[in-house]
Amino acid sequence: MITKRIIPCLDVKDGRVVKGVNFKGLSDVSSPVELAKFYTENGADELVFYDITASAEGRAIFTDILCEAASSVFIPLTVGGGINTLDDFDRVLKCGADKVSVNSGAIKNPNLIYEAAKRYGDQCVVISADVKRVDGVFRVFAKGGRENTGMEAISWIKHCVDSGAGEVVLNSIDTDGVKGGFDIEMLDKVCEVVNVPVIASGGAGCIDDFIHLFKTLPKVDAGLAASIFHFGEVGISDLKQELKKQGIPVRI
Amino acid sequence: MIAIVDYGVGNLFSLKSSFAHIGIEAVVTGEKEIIEKADKIILPGVGAFGDAIGKLKSTGLDKVVTDEAKKGKPIMGICLGMQLLLEKSYEYGEYEGLGLIEGEIRPISDVIDKNLKIPHIGWNPLLIKGEKSPIFKYLNDGDCVYFVHSYYGAGCEKSTIATAEYSHELTAAVAKGNVFGCQFHPEKSGNVGLGILKAFCEIGGDEK
Repeated sequence: MITKRIIPCLDVKDGRVVKGVNFKGLSDVSSPVELAKFYTENGADELVFYDITASAEGRAIFTDILCEAASSVFIPLTVGGGINTLDDFDRVLKCGADKVSVNSGAIKNPNLIYEAAKRYGDQCVVISADVKRVDGVFRVFAKGGRENTGMEAISWIKHCVDSGAGEVVLNSIDTDGVKGGFDIEMLDKVCEVVNVPVIASGGAGCIDDFIHLFKTLPKVDAGLAASIFHFGEVGISDLKQELKKQGIPVRI
Repeated sequence: MIAIVDYGVGNLFSLKSSFAHIGIEAVVTGEKEIIEKADKIILPGVGAFGDAIGKLKSTGLDKVVTDEAKKGKPIMGICLGMQLLLEKSYEYGEYEGLGLIEGEIRPISDVIDKNLKIPHIGWNPLLIKGEKSPIFKYLNDGDCVYFVHSYYGAGCEKSTIATAEYSHELTAAVAKGNVFGCQFHPEKSGNVGLGILKAFCEIGGDEK
């Protein structure tokens, strides 16, 4: 039986992990490579590297870091941030990324997902959507959640999957950072319309939030979080032991 | 030395890195002489069957691989590389494989529950079939490996050494004599996967 995946997300700027990281026993807490190794040893099923660099220099450093991580960590790696063209896909895939997540790039260039899926396969293309309720309607936001595109989110996500996206990361802006649990209502709506893996993001505050997620929405395949793992509020191995106790299939 | 056969499909970065990580010399090569000299061969592959077997044949490497296999050299196909070892595939048409192991490649939609997602993607525990294969020397009960595939090996029960449950027991690994195949990605399956690669390298004595 396929297991539920637990995925830590690392935001990387100029080759360093941003958002404070507080771990004992790590020699360099803002080294993406060190952190990737730490998470892998502690049971992460997959890692997301999100490049929030704006400069070309920073981008080159990111690519080097990615190569280094992919040479020492042997679990699936997803890369996102600044993916706007097929050349961007190429750049990160050559460095050992397994999947590439697109967000604003797919909004700017509607053919990007189709072209990328045709060249690299559906399994390689992840649509990452930042979604927020506006007057009771789910809307897609661009530019790291700052700009309302006005597009209705559920049909947009379905369109991306129909174009070839093999996985959906749904980040709820409404629950993100609140630590009050995942956005079950929003996730449910997305799960109803797509038949590819859906990864829940935004809102996890404690172990119970993951239990509630997987029990309420068995169609959700994975839970993604950043700060609660980085700050050590939730340990991945503890989380997985607890999920297992609750009868939720996980890789121990 | 391990030869990772490079016939122009897929990215071999992770595979090469994983051998380096376990301290085994591996070269990515499309040269006949190097493949013939190697102690063992890895046949990788991602993408569609038709494209891959076409490239393997046009480079003449199909014959190199099958000749070496027949001489008894240990060979491991990974993911699409495993599928290429079988006789036939029905992915987007009908294609002949290398025929080193009996069976054919069919869509998993033929056998799995309709409500399940395709591809079969994620971590799934291996279920050992028959006597434990030497490539599973370091494998423990319940160990999970990472899968990404929409097609599976059918009719290869006699050579199946492991399956994974996805409403149907899908072929996860095959072996026939010196020829091995993994549907999953050992190079993306953490320490469990590295253990499988290491065990393969140790077949017939320690590899350096």
